[in-house]
Amino acid sequence: MLRVELVRRPERSVRMAILSPVLAVALTVATGFIVFWAIGIDPFRALYIYFVEPWTQAWSLQEIVVKAIPITMIAIGLSLCYLANTWNIGAEGQLVIGAIVGSSIPILFPEWQTPLTLPSMLILAIAGGMAYAAIPATLKIRFGTNEILTSLMLVYVANLLLDWLVRGPWRNPQGYNFPGSVDFSDAASLPILISGGRLHLGLIFTILVVLVAWFALRRTITGFEINVLGQAPRAAAFAGFSRNRMILITFLVSGGLAGLAGIQEVAGPIGKLDVVISPGYGFTAIIVAFLGRLNPIAIPVAGIVLALSYIGGESAQIMLGLSGKTARVFQGILLFYVLACDSFILYRLRFVRTPARQVAESAT
Amino acid sequence: MMAEAILLTIVTASTPLLLAAIGELVAERSGVLNLGVEGMMIMGAVCGFAFAAMSGNAAVGVVGAILAGMAMAALFGFLTLVLVANQVATGLALTLLGLGLSGLIGDPFTGKAGVKVQAIYIPYLTDIPLIGRLVFGQDPLVYVAVALTIAVSWFLFRTRGGLILRAVGDNHASAHALGYSVVRVRFLAVLFGGACAGLGGAYLSLAYTTQWLENMTAGRGWIALALVVFSSWLPSRLAIGALLFGAVGILQLHAQALGLGIPSQFLSSLPYLTTILVLVLISGNRLLLRANTPACLGQSFVPDR
Repeated sequence: MLRVELVRRPERSVRMAILSPVLAVALTVATGFIVFWAIGIDPFRALYIYFVEPWTQAWSLQEIVVKAIPITMIAIGLSLCYLANTWNIGAEGQLVIGAIVGSSIPILFPEWQTPLTLPSMLILAIAGGMAYAAIPATLKIRFGTNEILTSLMLVYVANLLLDWLVRGPWRNPQGYNFPGSVDFSDAASLPILISGGRLHLGLIFTILVVLVAWFALRRTITGFEINVLGQAPRAAAFAGFSRNRMILITFLVSGGLAGLAGIQEVAGPIGKLDVVISPGYGFTAIIVAFLGRLNPIAIPVAGIVLALSYIGGESAQIMLGLSGKTARVFQGILLFYVLACDSFILYRLRFVRTPARQVAESAT
Repeated sequence: MMAEAILLTIVTASTPLLLAAIGELVAERSGVLNLGVEGMMIMGAVCGFAFAAMSGNAAVGVVGAILAGMAMAALFGFLTLVLVANQVATGLALTLLGLGLSGLIGDPFTGKAGVKVQAIYIPYLTDIPLIGRLVFGQDPLVYVAVALTIAVSWFLFRTRGGLILRAVGDNHASAHALGYSVVRVRFLAVLFGGACAGLGGAYLSLAYTTQWLENMTAGRGWIALALVVFSSWLPSRLAIGALLFGAVGILQLHAQALGLGIPSQFLSSLPYLTTILVLVLISGNRLLLRANTPACLGQSFVPDR
């Protein structure tokens, strides 16, 4: 009888660490192939529309980057949390609060249009996201409250607050009773990088965030502390690293980045505070962080892959009549494959031939 | 009769929470933290609705929902127990997949009429004023939830199987050394959790309402997770907690209906804020938590060979 066992490798496999995300994407595509084939859609055409077509046109190419901006930015922040073994899963709520706080300027003071308007909005949004993330972090530090549950509960609260604002006090008075705020003026909007397109200044911010995160993790003491706390909590305790300080720092950074991503959406592609300002970027970013193996340089690549799934999902909806919800299913499947493949970085499979006598023994 | 009506709705609002939470409690007692309750629940809701609508039989829907929850749980179990993937990340993945997949499966059923699990009626008993409908006139799933809670309490603290399960959750290395299969015990506990979460989901689409709506669990899976912490892993307290949370949900609905001038969104956020408040209060009580928290909760186990 042949049995398969999981055996710990003597050391983590570097080859597998690089291969695992690629393998996960390949397995997701293979799963897509089988599913499309099973439901009677030409799998080659479907996969072409999903994964290749978006690269062939200038507008969809821009659109990929526009989608990749928020999820990459949030994922960078979340990766710091996950590296330090703290679990902020409420980025979606921090995104919404950042967008709300940042939008307060163009909504409450529409007349104030100076070169300082946009920078103030960005700063307020970052502060808003940080403050909102500080709630679960503080509760965790002060009372030991589970940060996973509190940060997630706050997502629902943030979305309800947004709903109230754009249907109530912040609704556009000239909006024919439709929910949504006034349109932001040019002074309160992110500059467009390519005229006529939708690609905005957020791209530059995202690149900067990626570089700073990479540098901070490699070259600073704080980055070192994050890594030690995550991988060897006991060693970190002996070294005198404060776990509480790290919870606060990682939550503040990830909350601030989520807030920035939020204001970039409303002051960028959306142009006003709307009922829905994110198709779940805060949750997609969790997938991106893991697909990028919590590595700041790999996360943008993962962000592009997930952005592609959004765009591909939209074109598949139009050209194949598929439900727009297939994209989310593929994203979920992808995360499962990532986690499964990651196991083989630390473990390998061993095939054991059990002697017949032992089989008989274990059966009794 | 107003009070009776409110009490009745509180019981129906508590039932899905209790069902999902009692399953998760068993899984956590075995040492597995499955954050995918929301995903398993929503899959139970959509599959329960779909099977019931296609067969015209609510019982078929309930069975379908249980199987759907178990299938999701099996996926989680395979990843976390066989491939020793991170439990937190895998649980999140399960929720994300469940929310996406349920939207896809439920698309053709949105806005369709569903099948209702009928309330029982016992002549005379159900007609007793005030308490008749409350005690003898609920739908069968309410009694299932109560029976499950009692059964789990008995199993965990009065049987050998329960002792083994708790041993695995408290010290997997010792349990393994004694010859118990940690992975098998945990897998069964996770499957039970999935079945209960699926059932809780089915309650939402077959009894609490009779329709399918995308994201209709609305965080109840997460509240169930918080309930398990609130109960400090004791089934009896779980029942109290479920009633408490059911009451908050129902009272905010009644407050909305009365139109007290408070924006509905603020009232809708009450269940979530209550959850946070309750978590803070309970985690302040470290002694209670330390006594009952499964010591190996969330830790992966790889037997040395």
